Amino acid sequence: MGRKRLSAMAPGPTRRGLLKSAAVLAGATAGSGAIGGFPTIWAQEIKDITLRHIGVSYSVVQAIGDQAAKDLGFKVVMQNLDTSTAITRFITQPTSVDIPDLEGWQTKVAIARGILQGIDVKKIKQFDNILPIFTKGEYDGKKVSRQGISPYEAMYIDSKDSTKIVEGVHDWMTFLPQVYNADSIGYRPDLVGEPITEWKKLLDPKFKGKSAILDVPNIGIMDAALALESRGDIVYKNKGNMTRAEIDTTINALIDAKKQGQFRATWTTFEQSVELMAAGEVTVQSMWSPAVTAVLAKGIPCTYAPVNIRPDGKEGYRGWCNGMGLMRHLSGKKLDAAYEYLNWYYGGWQGAFVARHGYYSPVPSTAKQFMSANEYDYWYAGKPATDVIKDPYGAPIAKAGSIRDGGSLIERFTNISCWNTVMDENQYMIQRWNEFKSA
Amino acid sequence: MKAASRRSGASWLSPARVKSFALVTPLALVLLMFVVAPLAVVMAVSVFRYDNFEVIPAFTFENYASVLSSHLTLSLYLTMLKLAAMTWVCTLLIGYSVAAFLVFHVRNRLVAIGLFLVCTVPFWTSNVIRMISWLPLLGKQGVINQALMAVGVIHEPLQMLLFSDFSVVISYVHLFTIFMIVPIFNAMSRIDPSLFEAAHDAGAARWQTLLWVVLPLTKSGIVLGSIFVVTLVMGDFYVVKVMSGGTDASVVSAMYDDISTLLFPHAAASAAVLMLILTIMVAAILRLVDVRQELVSSR
Repeated sequence: MGRKRLSAMAPGPTRRGLLKSAAVLAGATAGSGAIGGFPTIWAQEIKDITLRHIGVSYSVVQAIGDQAAKDLGFKVVMQNLDTSTAITRFITQPTSVDIPDLEGWQTKVAIARGILQGIDVKKIKQFDNILPIFTKGEYDGKKVSRQGISPYEAMYIDSKDSTKIVEGVHDWMTFLPQVYNADSIGYRPDLVGEPITEWKKLLDPKFKGKSAILDVPNIGIMDAALALESRGDIVYKNKGNMTRAEIDTTINALIDAKKQGQFRATWTTFEQSVELMAAGEVTVQSMWSPAVTAVLAKGIPCTYAPVNIRPDGKEGYRGWCNGMGLMRHLSGKKLDAAYEYLNWYYGGWQGAFVARHGYYSPVPSTAKQFMSANEYDYWYAGKPATDVIKDPYGAPIAKAGSIRDGGSLIERFTNISCWNTVMDENQYMIQRWNEFKSA
Repeated sequence: MKAASRRSGASWLSPARVKSFALVTPLALVLLMFVVAPLAVVMAVSVFRYDNFEVIPAFTFENYASVLSSHLTLSLYLTMLKLAAMTWVCTLLIGYSVAAFLVFHVRNRLVAIGLFLVCTVPFWTSNVIRMISWLPLLGKQGVINQALMAVGVIHEPLQMLLFSDFSVVISYVHLFTIFMIVPIFNAMSRIDPSLFEAAHDAGAARWQTLLWVVLPLTKSGIVLGSIFVVTLVMGDFYVVKVMSGGTDASVVSAMYDDISTLLFPHAAASAAVLMLILTIMVAAILRLVDVRQELVSSR
């Protein structure tokens, strides 16, 4: 997602918000003494500390870093790299990074390479308020899907310096979830003429030459898999870790559809998906929730399809989650500052910030304090808006009375079918995906 | 350097030798550091093993076997060769005509050079902008489709205008024609005008002069331009991605997908194969014309 977009929009703080952040800031400062066990010289000593937080633009956001630096009193440098460049940097130059931005598969790689240190759960103040989707892999006693790499799947190690991810809840976390969402299909209700709630519509001949799919192979293939499952072609054992035969079935079906002229395009960036939709090149495509919001903000109708899991197991969202790790080289005051920084993310300011883009914080209870009741109810609780909902630039995107597509956070996340991943048969899959592209 | 090589009898440490080595050293060092060394790393990685995102320095030819045995490789190269051929024909025709016009038809040399500079104006903006500016023109709701529909020539927007080979080649031609114009312009400028009089006196028609006098004398320009255009297209990844709407893959985009999940050895092997194929192509082109001879010889 465009960095410019995000950084330009530090939401104009309301009076209410300001008072609250002042209160939280006071709380954080008081709390920091307790955590590090430092007396009042703390503030003096941390002034010269600089934390380097590096990762993808939709997760590592300048405006958030600036706010954190302001609240915490030390410097925060945000740097954006794409997913693969970032993990390469973490591995090859580990000491040039302090806080790596990580998704599940990157966490697995980073832990195995021994470049991270475990995060002590006792030092995470809001640990008990993190949604159990992340910390226990369940919600309300119901298990959350483990297809692909769920955040819970990569969450724990059993000692600070362990290089092996373990099952079950432990005292050391590999990464601290920070921002996440559930991806689905977006469509133009004015051009489609029917509500869409099923993935198979991506392959429906009715939308021949008007549909598009995400071209990031390791997640695009899961969108395709959801569509094939929806159409009844196949039932996967694990869409997030297919066998070669499953990959073949999926790609062959995609090639067939492509040869019949089904796909108008494929897209790789947030902006491309917005342009395709806004220009009317495409009427239905795999899409990210904030991209739908961006189309709406242009005054063009666009709907984010609710794809709740059906009783027969079809449909469901593709979830993703980015979090923060602690590089192994962090120690002493810098490590204390890093913990402060991690804790700050759960303070609520960031949760409110990302919500206005259509993302979520793992600790909604604190985000709530930084949003108006109308905003919180609309973005997190899935309730009808009582007033106009605006995007971070002030463009109206929802009228009073409208409900967010896909419902509440909980409704979305109990309907995750699979999580972003990199498969064991990754290389074979990428090769076959390129065969689809060049077919 | 030339002076030194001509003095064949000079001893190893003659001042001329030392001087020429001193002159060559800076470039050699730059090439060594920024071309040879990175290439050596790519070559080394291309024979490494890898497993679950970890590159293991152990010798294997598996990466090459996988690249060379996959019919994906063949289809990617065929796609790119097709695009390169189409682009080559268009840029050659346009580039040659533009250069010929500038050199032979614009009498005032200053005006010719002025117009030549005008050809470079599009390059004052970035590649990306020049490419993306085609999107609003060619799209379903773009200028061309809207105009054609308004006139009543078509009733449904033409899909093939955008996200097709057509749009990819148009972008390439737009981006790369200048690379054809420059060397051809240069070759044409060096033709002695008295040759045209001689051809005319000998009774050659205009087209005969073009075919038998101008064309042979501009071969070096054509060859240099062709090398630029062909290698630029074969190594491209972004234009194909954007202008085909992601419905086409290129040799390099396949490498990019490898790298995005850390399959470096496989990508390195593909890169080595691409380099080999391009080297063969360039060598083949150069066999047709001895460019060095053409450039050095005085007319």
